[in-house]
Amino acid sequence: MELGLSDEDLGFRDEVRDFIKKTFTNEMRKKLSLSKNGHVEKGLHVEWQNALYKKGWIAPNWPKEHGGAGFSATQKYVFETEMAREGAPRTVPFGLSMVAPVIMEFGTDEQKEKFLPDILSTKVWWCQGYSEPGSGSDLASLQCKAEDKGDYYLVNGTKIWTTMAQYADWIFCLVRTTKTEKPQQGISFILIDMSSKGIEVRPLITLEQTPDPHHEVNQVFFEDVRVPKENLIGEENKGWTYAKYLLEFERGNAYSPGLYRAVNNLREIAKDTPTGYGRNLIDDNDFINKLNECEIQIQAMEFVELRIFSALSAGERVGPESSILKCRGTEIQQLLQELSVEAISHWSIPFIEDTFANVNEPSIGPDYALTITPNYFNGRKTTIYAGSNEIQRNIISKAVLGL
Amino acid sequence: MDFSFSEEQTLLRNTIQSFIQDNYDFDKRTEIVKSEEGMKIKNWKLFSDLGLLGLPFSEDDGGLGFGPIELMIVVEEFGKGLVVEPYIQTIVTCGGFLKRASEKQRSKYIPKIISGEDIWAFAYAEPQGRYNLNDLTTKASKEGDNYILNGYKCVVSAAPWSKKLIVSARTSGDQRDEEGISLFILDKDSSGISLRDYPTVDGSRASEIILEDVKVSSENLIGEEGKASELIEQVVDESIAAVCAEAIGAMSVLNETTVEYCKTRKQFGQPIGKFQVLQHRMVDMFMQYEQSVSMTYMVNLKLHEEYSERRKAASGAKVQICKAAKFIGQSAIQLHGGMGMTDELNVGHYFKRLSMIENLFGNIDHHLKKYASTA
Repeated sequence: MELGLSDEDLGFRDEVRDFIKKTFTNEMRKKLSLSKNGHVEKGLHVEWQNALYKKGWIAPNWPKEHGGAGFSATQKYVFETEMAREGAPRTVPFGLSMVAPVIMEFGTDEQKEKFLPDILSTKVWWCQGYSEPGSGSDLASLQCKAEDKGDYYLVNGTKIWTTMAQYADWIFCLVRTTKTEKPQQGISFILIDMSSKGIEVRPLITLEQTPDPHHEVNQVFFEDVRVPKENLIGEENKGWTYAKYLLEFERGNAYSPGLYRAVNNLREIAKDTPTGYGRNLIDDNDFINKLNECEIQIQAMEFVELRIFSALSAGERVGPESSILKCRGTEIQQLLQELSVEAISHWSIPFIEDTFANVNEPSIGPDYALTITPNYFNGRKTTIYAGSNEIQRNIISKAVLGL
Repeated sequence: MDFSFSEEQTLLRNTIQSFIQDNYDFDKRTEIVKSEEGMKIKNWKLFSDLGLLGLPFSEDDGGLGFGPIELMIVVEEFGKGLVVEPYIQTIVTCGGFLKRASEKQRSKYIPKIISGEDIWAFAYAEPQGRYNLNDLTTKASKEGDNYILNGYKCVVSAAPWSKKLIVSARTSGDQRDEEGISLFILDKDSSGISLRDYPTVDGSRASEIILEDVKVSSENLIGEEGKASELIEQVVDESIAAVCAEAIGAMSVLNETTVEYCKTRKQFGQPIGKFQVLQHRMVDMFMQYEQSVSMTYMVNLKLHEEYSERRKAASGAKVQICKAAKFIGQSAIQLHGGMGMTDELNVGHYFKRLSMIENLFGNIDHHLKKYASTA
């Protein structure tokens, strides 16, 4: 057992740091710090991804033959850690980390050729059509249907919680192609051009009230949308298998670097926040004990992550254990958001609808307070989305503990 | 011992309930919050017609002479409707100061509150003071028959709607001394006062207030010069008791809504309320709520007790309410899933109000310290 990085990996780390220093501009930093939901305008996401693309680092998880970065497991971890440490934007996952692996594994050569290069270069923006109003945790009950009309499917139905669909050129969807007794069996995985006739995207404004067009999620409606048969992935009615493959691919994100960053930010805020009793919050035992406890929880997370990465680099498969990361990562993040609101006391109250507008107007209270409450409100989603934490615990219970 | 409500008190509760039903469903509330004014004067006048604005004032002052239990009932029901009209700010807090003011001040100001003409706000918080009511850099210096006020007050709830402000300021002593604090009644349009008004995350309105050489007649000093600290603490305790009542109103709606949702929302072929992990969460929400109701009764029943009994009751109740507000608010969102995250559902708005109540007049850490330091 050994903790340190090799000289080679240290060299790589410096290269990543250097890249971030040059590429992560002050404008991007400023914009991200003003965001109430973690997203910024489309143009900035694209700009950032283009820079990564040029460097050859846009797809750390793709195999090299498709244009992946060709990182070792350790390099992947180092890369992710450095990015999160600096608070750099995450690449938008829907194309790069979700639909692309499915296309690579199950798509035809034509599909690979048509879609993969544009995903890599962020020429095409993707969104994900999984959840429906009646199908959240129980995804297999989905109703959005695709009827076989010879050389095309006729799609009718709706998808909800579609993140950044307002920018999307394409959507990958789970649709029902056959009514079967076992709901999982009649589902297909299809790709739909968002400019098709009959698609409507409606914004859903969330708790922190980020206004259109910077809002996070949407509902997408499909009315008699014609989808060419060539947009089917793999076999009809096998979509559930592909969706599960995608979920597996999605697992194994590192949370701890970003959380450390949040703890450090909060420590800075605590240094700057008077208690009203002649000290600053950083000297207040009650507060600092809570903050330190958070940090210790993050360290426990970090070492779970390191054990998983170590297993991955030894070629082992990591299965449902990674649900631990989703549960603990999101819960610690929420705890930190809660503590941040607590730290700024009165300054948690003012409401700014559009934090990107009026940047020249002095903020009410300190600048760092501007997005703390919105981030806390918005952050409640993390224990709900991508398989709620209740579902994650069910997975651990069933698949790990055998209960 | 008797925890039942009198017929009169039940009638009062029914009155508020039908007000909420007729005038304050979620859509109407949204309309009010989004309006330019941010509150509805017609509702405020209606409160006056219903006698609610005179509730705690003595009959000699033109009021109804009711006590904390009646206020608790009103505010709890307001909490269920997420009412934004500033009842606690004007009636409980500023009213709490005014009913103890001089006869001359009472007769000058209270009638216009009861008639619904004037809304009041209490400007106490300062950026450096956090929750310490005595940490004041706002200064008032005496010049002949007047005081000259200079300073900064932050996040003054309801100030945009107010005609009058009650301002705490230091007339002597050091920044955090208990001695040397005075209370002044100010016309909001006095020269030297400037406000920056804004909405709050929980649907209300507040202001940053700058005081620059504001001249106040010594007739507008409440009580004795330099001796206001104790009175402020008392009125804030009374306000805490009211805020607790508002919170239990909001919690009860969240609990009911969540249970109802879990009974009807189906996943995996059954209502999600059939899943034990969610059942236990809702039971915990229910237990937190019941304890909060109990602590709210407790503090409202002990407001007239001697200092340390009252003080501990207020801090104790606030600790319980903060805990429950967080647990119930967060759980309600979680159990509503994605829908709980949307602005169009009422659940999130209750969660946001409860989140802000956690911070109002001091959070858990603050009140645990106050509890410990009260003999």
